[in-house]
Amino acid sequence: MSDHTTHKEPLLRVSKRRELTKRQAFGVKMISLLLALIAGGIFLAVLGFNPFVIYGTIVSGAFRSKLAVQGTVKLMIPLLISALGVTLAYKMQFWNIGAEGQIIMGAVFASYFALFHSNWPRPVLLIVMLLAAMIGGGIWGLIPAFFKNKWNTNETLFTLMLNYIALHIISFLRDGPWRDPANPGFAKIATFEENATLPKLFGVHIGWLIALILFVLVYIYLKYTKQGYEISVIGGSKATANYAGMHVKKIIIRTIFLSGAICGIAGFSNAAGSDLTLATGVAGGVGFTAIIVAWLADLEPLGILVVSFLFAVLDKGSSVIQSAYGLSTDCSDVLEGIILFFVIAGGFFVRYRFVPRKRKEEKGGENA
Amino acid sequence: MKKKILSMVLAVALVATLFAGCGGTATTGAAADAGAQSASTGLFPAVPKDQIKVGVIHITDPAEGSGYTYTHDLGIQGMQKNLGLADNQIIRKNNTNDGDPTAIENAILECIEEGCQIIFATSYGYMDTCEKIANEYPDVIISHGTGYKSNGKNFNNYFGRIYQARYLSGIAAGLKTESNKIGYVSAFGKTLSETGGGIDAFAMGVESVNPDATVYVKVTNSWFDPEGEAQAAQALISDGCDVIAQHCDTPNPQLAAEEAGVYGVGYNSDMSKDAPKAVLCSVMWDWSAYYTWAVEQVINGTWTGENYYGGMTEGLVKLSDLADFNDPEAAAKIEEAKKKMLDGSFNVFDGVIETNEGTTVGTEGGTLDDATIQGGIDWYYRNVVEK
Repeated sequence: MSDHTTHKEPLLRVSKRRELTKRQAFGVKMISLLLALIAGGIFLAVLGFNPFVIYGTIVSGAFRSKLAVQGTVKLMIPLLISALGVTLAYKMQFWNIGAEGQIIMGAVFASYFALFHSNWPRPVLLIVMLLAAMIGGGIWGLIPAFFKNKWNTNETLFTLMLNYIALHIISFLRDGPWRDPANPGFAKIATFEENATLPKLFGVHIGWLIALILFVLVYIYLKYTKQGYEISVIGGSKATANYAGMHVKKIIIRTIFLSGAICGIAGFSNAAGSDLTLATGVAGGVGFTAIIVAWLADLEPLGILVVSFLFAVLDKGSSVIQSAYGLSTDCSDVLEGIILFFVIAGGFFVRYRFVPRKRKEEKGGENA
Repeated sequence: MKKKILSMVLAVALVATLFAGCGGTATTGAAADAGAQSASTGLFPAVPKDQIKVGVIHITDPAEGSGYTYTHDLGIQGMQKNLGLADNQIIRKNNTNDGDPTAIENAILECIEEGCQIIFATSYGYMDTCEKIANEYPDVIISHGTGYKSNGKNFNNYFGRIYQARYLSGIAAGLKTESNKIGYVSAFGKTLSETGGGIDAFAMGVESVNPDATVYVKVTNSWFDPEGEAQAAQALISDGCDVIAQHCDTPNPQLAAEEAGVYGVGYNSDMSKDAPKAVLCSVMWDWSAYYTWAVEQVINGTWTGENYYGGMTEGLVKLSDLADFNDPEAAAKIEEAKKKMLDGSFNVFDGVIETNEGTTVGTEGGTLDDATIQGGIDWYYRNVVEK
């Protein structure tokens, strides 16, 4: 829009910011966190609670004892793994909303071996389950990638829809072929034999170790390998990648497979580590939260590690305030929602700004 | 520069809140750790009343005001009142999805964190997770409602003779029906003794006053399925059923009956609150009878880990007051049967019972034992048809 136009300029308009420095971006995020706490505090005060006490309980609830810390870590595992998974896709500007389904399919594939080959030696069985989960999650990612390459379908919708198909595959298996006959009063799939479950280390199933290893691998992959470089080039511009002689379609397929495979590992870790069965709640929304985690962390593995930890604290703490203060689960959901809303808005303001209507438009954007 | 200072201030503020929080809980943690001593006859030491903490895992939210979870919570509130416990001695974990074992585990572990000595898990689907956690935490009692597993120590099972009240409600239904078709929305069918036995007891009650009536059963395959329960009731009504009984968690079958202008028999709580023009009576639990007993055992240190199976005698099971649009004979007939149940001369599953496949169960002069009633009823009574 130029200042010579005869159209009336809107009161506010959105314009892209010049890159903020790291420090400025951090400042914006901190302000939004503070605003989130204030808005959440008003909500709590209206309900008749002391916000400081509640916030204190959220934090202490996540760390108050060994058991609490273990609970927090357990919540963090699937978030961290799947956020790393979706990051690969997002770095390439492939809008993978299908982590939820990829987690589920990973769990389904792994569960097949847990249910029907539980007599294999434990290390062999667990490794086979891990690989199966990667293939399951990977396939669930490949399908939309294939259609995208072939017919340029919209991957956002495609991956989203595949989530529901995956969920119903579990329901089908639960009510039909895999139903536990020993449990007449409740449709569920049998609990895994101990042989098919992840062992514990420091009181939490070794999913946390898998998550940390994946973190290191993804970090190296994105930062120091040729394939990681290719991903970011394609994310920047497909034309550039083509011009540089990259095999764009092949790279998309490979990357989305990896993205799905990593999410599949989250499914494996949830099923074999904490559910100890294949249940409809195996992903439980983690696939969607992981997307928020990835973006809040600016698709940086190190940031993902921190943000998924903070999310786990928030989640665990919210659960504690529900029972400690008789707050309904809906209230703690609202509180979590308010905090997310502000934090995500903060992310928006790092990239964009509102420009008020002026007589003469100044050129050049940010002046602070 | 300004921003730098601001972010530092924020960081300090954040850290300050963190520490405020930590300080607050140090004391609660200590209180929870301070267990009780003193010798006793049970498996666990007695717990002073002001130090007992009771956990409850609910599948939905008691605030619904009707149905399964609400009824369990009334029982918890009753126990709290009977024993004079403070509000913060009860830890509720609501909306715990029975299809998400991790969520169940997190909820139970949180109760353990809070220092609960006994945790009531109210829904069938929690069973396997309860079993696992009970083995990992042998000092905490996990009491699982419905279901069938237990370990004789810190993991027991509680349930009751709800079939007694179902038989009585069958009398009201059998007298009221005009089409001689009675519908029954059930979470499961004869594959599960709890539901199968309930259907049979109801059908026997129907037959005792109306040998021409048939009970049509529709299974939803879920304990809590608001939509499926309503649809099942509607399907039964469109097939001509004019009384709808139910064995599932929501009042939706009763609401469907009221909407269609037919009658119904509620379950769990008094559902005449939900559908006052339809509900003849409701088959009800009074869980406070068990919860009070169980928590008392823990306080006194007399917990033995045995399973609990109460009935009308214990006050665990009852029939609500009858609505005034019941058949005029209903009250007297129900009272008569109830009297016989209470004095032990009638036990519902008495004598030789004919199934709907023509086979027979039971022996002349005998009655089914509790083990069979709880786990071995895999047949329908002769006037039952599963749709």
